[in-house]
Amino acid sequence: MATIQSDSVYVPVMARVLDIRPMTRLEKLLTVELPGGQSLGNEPGQFVEVSIFGIGEAPISISSSPSRSNGSFELCVRNVGDVTSALHQMEPGAMVGIRGPFGAGFPTEKMKGKDLLFAAGGLGLAPLRSLINEVLDQRSAFGRVIILYGTKHPSEILFGEELEAWAQREDVEFHMTVDRGDEDWQGHVGVITTLFPRFTINPRNTIAATCGPPIMYRFVLMELLGKGIPEAQIYLSLERRMKCGVGKCGHCQINDLYCCQDGPVFRYADIKGLEEAL
Amino acid sequence: MSLWVIDKQSVDPFITRLMTAYRVVGPVAKGVKFAFEEIEDPADLRLDYNTSILPPKKYLQPQEERLMTFTRTGQPVAQQVIDAPPTVILGVHTCDLHGIRVLDEAFSQGYPDASYLKRRANTLLVGIECLEPCDEESFCKSMGTLTVKNGCDLHLTDLGGSYAVDVGSEAGAALLDKYGEARRATDTDMKQLNKALSAKWPRFPYKLDFDVDELAAVMGQSYDNKLWDELAEICLACGQCTLVCPTCFCFNVYDEVELNLKDGERRRRWDSCQLDEFARVAGGENFRAHQATRLRHRFMRKGRYLLERYGELGCTGCGRCARSCLVDISPVNVFNELHGCRV
Repeated sequence: MATIQSDSVYVPVMARVLDIRPMTRLEKLLTVELPGGQSLGNEPGQFVEVSIFGIGEAPISISSSPSRSNGSFELCVRNVGDVTSALHQMEPGAMVGIRGPFGAGFPTEKMKGKDLLFAAGGLGLAPLRSLINEVLDQRSAFGRVIILYGTKHPSEILFGEELEAWAQREDVEFHMTVDRGDEDWQGHVGVITTLFPRFTINPRNTIAATCGPPIMYRFVLMELLGKGIPEAQIYLSLERRMKCGVGKCGHCQINDLYCCQDGPVFRYADIKGLEEAL
Repeated sequence: MSLWVIDKQSVDPFITRLMTAYRVVGPVAKGVKFAFEEIEDPADLRLDYNTSILPPKKYLQPQEERLMTFTRTGQPVAQQVIDAPPTVILGVHTCDLHGIRVLDEAFSQGYPDASYLKRRANTLLVGIECLEPCDEESFCKSMGTLTVKNGCDLHLTDLGGSYAVDVGSEAGAALLDKYGEARRATDTDMKQLNKALSAKWPRFPYKLDFDVDELAAVMGQSYDNKLWDELAEICLACGQCTLVCPTCFCFNVYDEVELNLKDGERRRRWDSCQLDEFARVAGGENFRAHQATRLRHRFMRKGRYLLERYGELGCTGCGRCARSCLVDISPVNVFNELHGCRV
């Protein structure tokens, strides 16, 4: 439960926005530096609470991997609410409040020696990118790396340059699709599940990690289970309204679990019986 | 616990002396009901109250409180603020002492909540033994909250012309020693106390059809019960049940900015899982969109989730939610019906 130093779990540490880069019509990538260049100490899959005083606070997943911290971290922010809209209007040099990192992330250690299958839908790539880059930075510790990424439209593709680099790597099997192409789109068209027939896996030795909009999970889960991956080897990152981040406020509760503490990354085996999970 | 006796005519002077050093809070009449309020005149204190509209929780987790002050402009910065005046809460019923125990666990386990814990540390609890049921809605005896094992600093029992005073903590002993005018209990006092305590027991009915230890298991088997849909048909989703509950502690956090647009406060206030937006995320998805799921969530918390997480049952049997419910949804009836469906 190591979090960055603060007076209380509710008082944010003031951090500087080093860079803010538009990615799509709705998403921007913020690079944030903690005071004194201290490390965020995050695990892939964890989140921070981002504050703008006078506007409020919102939970945002950490997009950068611990292996590439360099004294700063990255947040891929979609403009959907008050806080995120204010974040989009910020200029480099602006200060934001940060609390965290919070929650249970992906079990990187358990994944070692295994084949990994990543399935990201839309903005779901933001938290998965943290894990993917962590894995790629210790590439030899893992088996096959298969990455599936689907977006609605080519204009919504996130981290385009990185995706190309992944696609170029011989030690990464990268598959991408869009629900609907445009005149320039040369790639695959179809929902993310249409990528599954393109590869085979050894299910016993495969761990899957998936993140995307709620509607995506059921279909991706069917494919993952259809490939024979055991339920205990499938990890999902869930989105909830994690107001406090520390298991008190109640907003993120999924049945008896707190998404901010027991998640946001859950094993499918642990949540499949919970009606409120998906 | 050592036992003392304070004569009833010594109570007002005791409170007057307490008021010099503490914010003194206790039950006072409010129309035909009672409410915990700050005592301004000891004569207002009504230790003979039946139940209060809100539990004394509001002095530990206020309806609204400041978490921090902040400056927005220049170099934005936040400063933690905890409003925690030294407080004595008088006349806390045993059900509410159980409720406070739940809050103590919830706010101290995992990440400690400095705001609650500081206020709690600055608060002394003076309990009072219930000798009569509050009304037909309470079911404390069934929930095992009709007595108190620990959790209060002093505990009073009405003996007619005097109160027996159990000392529950060192802070309680010091409080009694410094501000009270108590004498050690004699054998006669002890006998009188025992008589009062044995006489009270049969006055309280058992209302739960089964042993409370089974409740978590009953709830565990009731997730898909059709009762949730039936109750949702009549439930107004007003959230009153959560507002009056001694173990509800969910909150929302929001910022307020001064007119100078420079300074402000981050505040939190009570929130309710019964309200439509409670589980809605920024993208628009609502994970408990139907009232049946919200209602079920509340009962699951009360009957099971809190017990599993904090080791304390989330329902104290105080009956406040039933009393405040406009369509007469009563937890004891819900628990009994779920149990009945099972057998």
